[in-house]
Amino acid sequence: MATTMLKALNKSLHDALSEDDKVILLGEDIGTLGGVFRVTDGLKAEFGEHRVVDTPLAESGIVGTAIGLAYRGYRPVVEIQFDGFTYPAFDQLVSQLAKLHYRSRGRVKMPVTVRIPYGGGIGSPEHHSESPEAYFAHTAGLRVFAPSSVEDAYAMLRQAITCDDPVIFFEPKRRYHEKSDAELGNVQPDASPKAKVIRSGTDVTVVGYGPTTYTLIDAAMAAEDEGTSLEVIDLRSLDPLDIDTVAQSVQHTGKLVVVHEASRTSGLGAEICAEITERCFDYLEHAPLRVTGFDVPYPPSRLESHHLPDLDRVMHAVDTVMRHHEASKGAAQ
Amino acid sequence: MPIVSTQHMDVAAGSLPTHQLLNVDGKRIPDEELDHHLKDLKEADLADFLRDMVVLRRMDNEATALQRQGQLGLWAPLLGQEAAQIGSVRATNDDDFIFPSYREHGVAWARGVQAEDLLSVWRGARASGWDPNEVNIACQQIVIGSQALHAAGYGMGIKFDGGEQVSVAYFGDGATSQGDVNEAMVFAASYQAPVLFFCQNNQWAISEPVALQSRTNIADRAHGFGLKTWRVDGNDILAVYAATKAALAHARHGLGPTFIEAVTYRMGSHTTADDPTRYRKSEQLEEWKAKDPIDRLVKYLHEMGADVQSYEQRAQNAADEMAAKLRAAITTMEDPKVEELFTNVYAEPHEPTERAAKNYLDYLADFEGGE
Repeated sequence: MATTMLKALNKSLHDALSEDDKVILLGEDIGTLGGVFRVTDGLKAEFGEHRVVDTPLAESGIVGTAIGLAYRGYRPVVEIQFDGFTYPAFDQLVSQLAKLHYRSRGRVKMPVTVRIPYGGGIGSPEHHSESPEAYFAHTAGLRVFAPSSVEDAYAMLRQAITCDDPVIFFEPKRRYHEKSDAELGNVQPDASPKAKVIRSGTDVTVVGYGPTTYTLIDAAMAAEDEGTSLEVIDLRSLDPLDIDTVAQSVQHTGKLVVVHEASRTSGLGAEICAEITERCFDYLEHAPLRVTGFDVPYPPSRLESHHLPDLDRVMHAVDTVMRHHEASKGAAQ
Repeated sequence: MPIVSTQHMDVAAGSLPTHQLLNVDGKRIPDEELDHHLKDLKEADLADFLRDMVVLRRMDNEATALQRQGQLGLWAPLLGQEAAQIGSVRATNDDDFIFPSYREHGVAWARGVQAEDLLSVWRGARASGWDPNEVNIACQQIVIGSQALHAAGYGMGIKFDGGEQVSVAYFGDGATSQGDVNEAMVFAASYQAPVLFFCQNNQWAISEPVALQSRTNIADRAHGFGLKTWRVDGNDILAVYAATKAALAHARHGLGPTFIEAVTYRMGSHTTADDPTRYRKSEQLEEWKAKDPIDRLVKYLHEMGADVQSYEQRAQNAADEMAAKLRAAITTMEDPKVEELFTNVYAEPHEPTERAAKNYLDYLADFEGGE
């Protein structure tokens, strides 16, 4: 039976709560209401108000008290209601949660998962469509996961909760209603998921994560019609980055396009392009390209279709690296 | 409109009384509410308090000297706050979990942390001077007020799992302006968690007087969050001890969070990098010297007819012993190994960090081999 990403996340939390009585959920409206997106629907009724805790409206307070609970031996999973409300908790995330294992010289573990519904494309007002992942990938001590599929949403959330390090878990909210027939399970024992080649190809490596993965699959199908073969990689983990998987792909395609909704400057795309240039310089037939949100505040929703990388912009980048490739082949002949 | 100098602001008197059980002359003042919390204190306990405060003051002096001699990177003196720290921590049970700021040297020392381990952090040799699980004290916190939320969360955990302990947050008057401290009081009150917020109002947040943080008594603000609150003379170790006992009993009876404002004075600089003569008058310091917490306990012991000289001698011996051991340990303390740079960033395997460590160690090894 098909299940949605929302249901998969709900089941993931349910199974984590059932398996380990130290797992505790904290967030605004997650109890009685079941969360504004209903990810925690029914969990308070089943596990009680001391396991699924409605909190006061204070994001720093939510993350800060989760840290205190982790000191006490709990394994907290907190929900930040929307991406743009993460920032009031910034100190607790980057100066406390990220650093306490290092600060305590390994004596204090911080197995805290911070769930953040993120990304645009749902016609929301300001602060409800942001992609703040680069801040956290830049911060040593945090792991950053960004699932794209229903199966990954389930398995990677289980993985995040089991991990003894703090994990910032970005949920692609515009794909919450995505359906899949796949069976949920297959939780990996590793601390972080590896990148995954979700479609094999030979001409261009296209890399994305979270909501853009779907755009990349669409691009691969469109490119196929034009005779170009795209290899699509879903990063899944943004910290640590599985550059090996991307490098292996670029070594046979020689071309790289990285796509994300977040702004361009100092984003994940810049990091991946730099890493690949260092490792695969002799294989590259074209400079790696980025297709990203612009360096602007997230715009009013009537403009967001321009801001978000869409099929046309991804295809334009693919055409650019391919045209150059064709042209240089022509010159050589 | 005249410019108001923040250096001369007044704090409104407030509605809560300031408990004082020992006046500046060491005379015992009866306190109907708090006296019974002193019933188990023997003369020997008071002698121990004296020893604690004398050793602590010596440690503070030694640390300042070691910083001047280049052995420490920085030091945050606690001079003048000995009674506030010793009186409160000695009232806790060993399994009450404490979340300190960076100035709670006395709290850590009283729980068994060695002076040299404490100072190793200020030397820059270690990230933490103790194992939080061993002494039930979280890592020291430098970001002002952040630890109050950790204490609130820990207290929520005690409440949820039915523990008997109390979670204690230490912070200063400046921290009460931080959102985190206010959020912590909201959370602790909402869940009626067993949390004690212990504020040492030492009058100064670096150069800013307490009136810039609060135009009413800090205790009155805490009271407004629904916390049972006491305001005490923080240089009176009996008042601090008794109020802390009262607060902990309140929490252990399931009555929820509490707040203590211990009114004291930072007699030294904010840190060894600070120069208080730029912002405060020497008269104020003289005024507070007359309220010295150690002198006051000595006067009280005399009032009691105790053999003060032997207690003072014992305290002095303990201080000398600590100081010699501390100085020897710090001046010979080795720098951490370079591997430690990369250790414990993550609890579980993290390939990029491991790769960076290996690359850097290989790079260093190249130099060693390439003479």
